[in-house]
Amino acid sequence: MSFAIHKEGDVCVVSVEGQLIVGNRQELKQKVLDEIERGERKFLVDFIQTGYIDSSGLGVLVSLSKKIREHGGELRLTNLNEDLKTLFELTKLDTLFQIAETRERALESF
Amino acid sequence: MVNLPVPPSSGSASAPHEWAVLPYDLRFPSDVRFVERAVELVVDRCRSAGFPAHALAFNVRVALTEALSNAILYGNREDENKAVRVTANITDAGLVLEVYDQGKGFNLDECTNDPTRLENLLREDGRGLFLMRRLMDRVEQVSNGHNMVRLTLRRT
Repeated sequence: MSFAIHKEGDVCVVSVEGQLIVGNRQELKQKVLDEIERGERKFLVDFIQTGYIDSSGLGVLVSLSKKIREHGGELRLTNLNEDLKTLFELTKLDTLFQIAETRERALESF
Repeated sequence: MVNLPVPPSSGSASAPHEWAVLPYDLRFPSDVRFVERAVELVVDRCRSAGFPAHALAFNVRVALTEALSNAILYGNREDENKAVRVTANITDAGLVLEVYDQGKGFNLDECTNDPTRLENLLREDGRGLFLMRRLMDRVEQVSNGHNMVRLTLRRT
């Protein structure tokens, strides 16, 4: 499990490889907070290589969403598989986040 | 230390499903970094025992992760001197997972919030028990000299 961050234009793309769960959620949070400190404001979290997410992972995404908004930024999510879509629907977090089907569509939406 | 299971010897002609994959009993220290590995060990055993792969891939992984997290964070308060134990078995009821911690226990109904309510949507916590209950067929909490959460998923 790891998190890779790279820039596409002015968007910070965060790739979640493996799981986003209780054991690594703080690592993701800190990496994004560091980018906010560096002045980044547009974030896209790409789940194309993600296995599963637990409630801690969802909680970190909610936390980051609030933090990014406080700094005048935007957060998008993309490439959720059917199981991850179910997770967001069950928790109604699909109503909180802007979720795009593909990375290209997500990048266009900023 | 995680008490890793011992596989059959490499020279054995036995296929994985021929050795006793279940019941399975795993103990590990109260450190959230062990959760992912513990979940994989349990899921591997259940897969070898023939439980449907899709249910294991999502429902069981997420629900068991939640139960183990709660045991470590709230039950044992991340005290590494306290162990978390998980057992897995397939019974007439389906797949039965039991997660034990050394905490004082809790009231399942009182602790289960509805995170989908508008006032809870922006909360960072409070989704674990809710997800367990939505992803498994049955969630029970037993405090009988020890604190245990039992998750049951029917074979589908």
